[in-house]
Amino acid sequence: MTDLATHPTPAARGRSLTDDAFARLRANRAATLSLGVLVLLTLFALFGPLLSPWPYDQVNKDHVWVPPLTDGHLLGTDALGRDLLARLAMGLRVSLAIGLVATLVSLVIGVAWGATAGYIGGAVDEAMMRIVDVLYALPFIFFVILLMVAFGSNILLIFVAIGAVEWLTMSRIVRGQTLSLRQKEFIEAARAAGLGRMAIVARHIIPNLLGPVAVYVTLTIPAVILAESFLSFLGLGVQPPLASLGTLISAGAQDMEMAWWLLVFPALAMAATLAAFNFIGDGLRDALDPKDR
Amino acid sequence: MLRFIGRRLLVAGPTLLVVITLAFFMMRAAPGGPFDSERRLPPAVEQNLKARYGLDRPLPEQYLAYLGGVVRGDFGPSLKYPDKTVADILKQNAPVSLKLGLASMILALAVGVSLGVLAALRRNGILDVGAMGLAILGVCVPTFVTAPLLILLFGSTLQWLPNGGWNGGALPNMILPVIVLALPQAAILSRLTRAGMIEALGAGHVRTARARGLPEAAVVLRHALRPALTPLVSYLGPAAAGLLTGSLVVEKIFNLPGLGKFFVISALQRDYTVVMGMIVVYAVLVLLLNLLGDLMLAVVDPRVRLS
Repeated sequence: MTDLATHPTPAARGRSLTDDAFARLRANRAATLSLGVLVLLTLFALFGPLLSPWPYDQVNKDHVWVPPLTDGHLLGTDALGRDLLARLAMGLRVSLAIGLVATLVSLVIGVAWGATAGYIGGAVDEAMMRIVDVLYALPFIFFVILLMVAFGSNILLIFVAIGAVEWLTMSRIVRGQTLSLRQKEFIEAARAAGLGRMAIVARHIIPNLLGPVAVYVTLTIPAVILAESFLSFLGLGVQPPLASLGTLISAGAQDMEMAWWLLVFPALAMAATLAAFNFIGDGLRDALDPKDR
Repeated sequence: MLRFIGRRLLVAGPTLLVVITLAFFMMRAAPGGPFDSERRLPPAVEQNLKARYGLDRPLPEQYLAYLGGVVRGDFGPSLKYPDKTVADILKQNAPVSLKLGLASMILALAVGVSLGVLAALRRNGILDVGAMGLAILGVCVPTFVTAPLLILLFGSTLQWLPNGGWNGGALPNMILPVIVLALPQAAILSRLTRAGMIEALGAGHVRTARARGLPEAAVVLRHALRPALTPLVSYLGPAAAGLLTGSLVVEKIFNLPGLGKFFVISALQRDYTVVMGMIVVYAVLVLLLNLLGDLMLAVVDPRVRLS
């Protein structure tokens, strides 16, 4: 209450719901800080290799397990004498790319599926959501493992496999939202104006789904990164000499008693990435839906 | 209530069928076979082996034969360990995973719920900050980081606990794997409990209970906790799935002879029948736990049964 008294809202200028949401997001310190961290991590992933004179896959048998800040290796070297800084940047790049692309895959499938089911409704909705129910109950990580074993682990397959797993929740969220949107007057108006079903879904339903979908997307990216590193840890993800955060951590865990930096730096990068996405997702949710706070 | 259970079981049937079908054909689509080895077998021997296990018959026929076997509870023989059936291997490995999962679930619930309740009662206090710190840690630091760090600290450096191994499920061998497996779940559970408690503590019936002069403990435990636990109960299914996934990594790191460790090895060795058996067991477990979660939800919140 005192807040209202000391900070009177500026009158006159109108504020849209989006302006409101952005103002709330900016006021969320954890989310803004995370956004900054994420920008730094992305810059490091893109330009980090320039900080190191060595390519990420250059083996040097005379420089094995060099500690950080020695001989020009800012973060030290691994069991094959490869520069950890260059490898970390590469690993972060691969992990972020997998996170983004797999999430995109799940986004496209999930939104199309959920919006269609929710908008058409009736028996079609029932059938489509039963399929989701059945798929939901599958122990999916085992299928992803089978897929990797069956077809060999190439990066493209990882995108598709993880994306195909993550679309289920997305489709449920989208369907729920669509069901409630369908009752709204502006949809009624669009139908009265003679718009076709698909046009209404594309022009009116999907744009209005953006809020909840954006929240879920920011929370899916870290889940995907985690899933990929999980596979990499089991030896089924990204294959050497390419690296992801998962393979780096996996290798670091093996050598940690000789070379702590091989575990600590990749683990820190991983924790920072996951934390940043989670805080931004939470912040977005609070900003878009203030009654949830 | 019976109709409720019936409807859930109706979904379980098709789900299991999808699981078996997908797994069967994915496994067979994989290049290589169970009898590949460093030294190539003479073609005649390989042919005989295939004939013995029925692998030379057309794929649809094999699929139907396998389905028939599963319905009768027969998972067939292992292809890599000729003297063992899949059931033998499952009997040997499943108890390890189950014991691990159950202990982790109990620990996660105990820590998660009590931390969540205390955090909600002392909002913004030290416990609240600590609980939320744990929640963030549990989400951001994956099991394959916590496990090596804990091994390094308590195993190699302090030498209080063994670095790995099962040792018949002895307590010292269980401590680290259980903690590692429970941490992410405890984090999520504490967050859910805290949110639920904060909402419940502000509800009208809790104010009424306070106004009637009930002792604080009774208000919290009897009136606030029950509605606060509802979201927790519906999280049980996903939590169990999370534990199963986590056990893949934990069993590998701690070198425990459970299903998770064996699954990846069997898949790589193309031991078709063993992989299939494990997937069926996992799927049944997840389905049962989901059903259990739904049932408990219906008990805690009777409105659920009607919808």
